[in-house]
Amino acid sequence: MLELAVVSGKGGTGKTTFTASLAALVKNKVLVDADVDAPDLHILLKATKEQEVPFYGMKKARIVQEKCISCGICKQVCRFSAIDVIDGRYVVDQVACEGCKLCFRKCPRKAIVMEDSLSGHWYVSNTPYGKMAHGILEVGEENSGKLVTIIRKQGMFLAQKEKADYVIIDGPPGIGCPVNSTITGLKYAIVITEPTQSGLSDLERLLDLMEHFNVLPFVVINKYDLSPSKSEEIKEYASKRGAKVKGLIPFDETVVKALSEGRPVVQYAPNSQVSLKIKEIWASIEAEISPS
Amino acid sequence: MVITVASGKGGTGKTTVSTSLTFAVSSIKSVSHVDLDVEEPDSNIFLKVPIQREEMIWLPLPTVDYSKCTFCGVCQRVCEYNAIFVFKNNKEVKVFGELCRGCGACTAMCPYGAISEIQRFIGVFSYGKRGNISFYEGRLNIGEYVATDAIRWVKKRLSEINTSDITIIDAPPGTSCPVIHSMKDADYIILVTEDTPFGFFDMKLAYKVAKKMDKKMGIIINKALSGYDEIRNFAKEEDIPILMEIPFDRKFAKSYADGITLSAYSDELKNKFLDVFSYIEKEVHNA
Ligand code: SF4
Ligand code: SF4
Repeated sequence: MLELAVVSGKGGTGKTTFTASLAALVKNKVLVDADVDAPDLHILLKATKEQEVPFYGMKKARIVQEKCISCGICKQVCRFSAIDVIDGRYVVDQVACEGCKLCFRKCPRKAIVMEDSLSGHWYVSNTPYGKMAHGILEVGEENSGKLVTIIRKQGMFLAQKEKADYVIIDGPPGIGCPVNSTITGLKYAIVITEPTQSGLSDLERLLDLMEHFNVLPFVVINKYDLSPSKSEEIKEYASKRGAKVKGLIPFDETVVKALSEGRPVVQYAPNSQVSLKIKEIWASIEAEISPS
Repeated sequence: MVITVASGKGGTGKTTVSTSLTFAVSSIKSVSHVDLDVEEPDSNIFLKVPIQREEMIWLPLPTVDYSKCTFCGVCQRVCEYNAIFVFKNNKEVKVFGELCRGCGACTAMCPYGAISEIQRFIGVFSYGKRGNISFYEGRLNIGEYVATDAIRWVKKRLSEINTSDITIIDAPPGTSCPVIHSMKDADYIILVTEDTPFGFFDMKLAYKVAKKMDKKMGIIINKALSGYDEIRNFAKEEDIPILMEIPFDRKFAKSYADGITLSAYSDELKNKFLDVFSYIEKEVHNA
């Protein structure tokens, strides 16, 4: 069994379009959506939830009003400006609180309690393309790395149960903490990039990250024809870094249409240029990694 | 007046909208543009403001004075982020900078006063001016997780140096903590979305955040298509105005790839953005 992630740096490069197409193309796999801030894959794949589990992140502080003597020490020690005074009463701003517990430890009246706060949920769902693990953070929560780790584990567990060959992970956008949690321990990842300046600088960052985690990158340039010269630059850069460029996908309005129909493009328009290209790219990647 | 441009997800055209708005407004008056998308700030690819000053964004980092430390282990116990470890046998206290949030718990709780703090650089704050545009940007160092802390730092610094009447903020994508911090001071929030079920789902998340904070807001639909009405229906139901629809056009995608913002690319669009701006101005002042 092999875990394979699709990542992209900045959003909007076509990562989910590509992953959804893999969902339809790759046989015998389970799916994982590691984007827990704004997960999309389940919509596109018309997932139906089978299991829902709450996720608790950092405990947060609450001031027990009956015990509070308004000494203000908590407010003094808090570096996250999470203690507000409202109508003369000290209260914790739940969004700003980072759970460091310093106020809890310093309060002379022990008036502060640390409480579990619901930070999100994770799910196991059925899709027409197989099982899928995914999750979502509550609005304003951090700790996405921790939730991603849980969801990945769940994906592996499903894969074992289903005797799947692949776990296909739709990575989170960006280059922050959740991406690290997505790619640690992987052998391979697919980087979707686009021919823009920010596409290139994201690629740089992602390749650094993969080098750090010892992950072998496959690069795919999406919408390459929007700027053939930039695409050339990206190709050169990738090969200089020893990353294989696995294919160039043209800009095609079919992709947006497929999205608004809520279908993977390889199914919506199987013979479109984009779809043929994606199939070709997957064939080439699979030839290289096929788990056996 | 602070206008924050947000989107449930990156890549919807948030930067296109924020820079186009700034560019358009700058044709009639002075405006500050703040890129708070600290993990991927890219406004200046479009605005092209020469950077005149750079400052380091930093967090406090504990360091241990071994002449006072007894290796009692308290610091390790009180750290909620597993950022500090006491190796009794090796007589060593190790701080993992990239995990440390600079909360100060270890410093405050060390019974022997053995911990003091130094500055750990987590990013760069830069600013510059060109014509009517004052530009500010926070950029987190690669491999750092502490976006929220960087944003907090930048906002504090801005409160000291940004004097403009009009500030346009490019918020980070998503709906997590950093986004909330970027929306907090906004008088008006523009939600940017693509015209797809995806875009709609993400936008609803951002909408929830803004609504929870009781903010005035409007929607800009990017890559507008015909045939998909859910966003427009939703806007009607929730009574949020659709400020503008940017048509789906290969030319625009190309201008984006070339680093040219829409209002610089087309006068027609520039005027539309100006209309959006005067609409928002009225909305905010009527409040
Ligand atoms: S709490 Fe202070 S004395 Fe105890 S191990 Fe930490 S630094 Fe050393
Ligand atoms: S400052 Fe806070 S996060 Fe950093 S090591 Fe000390 S207790 Fe841990």
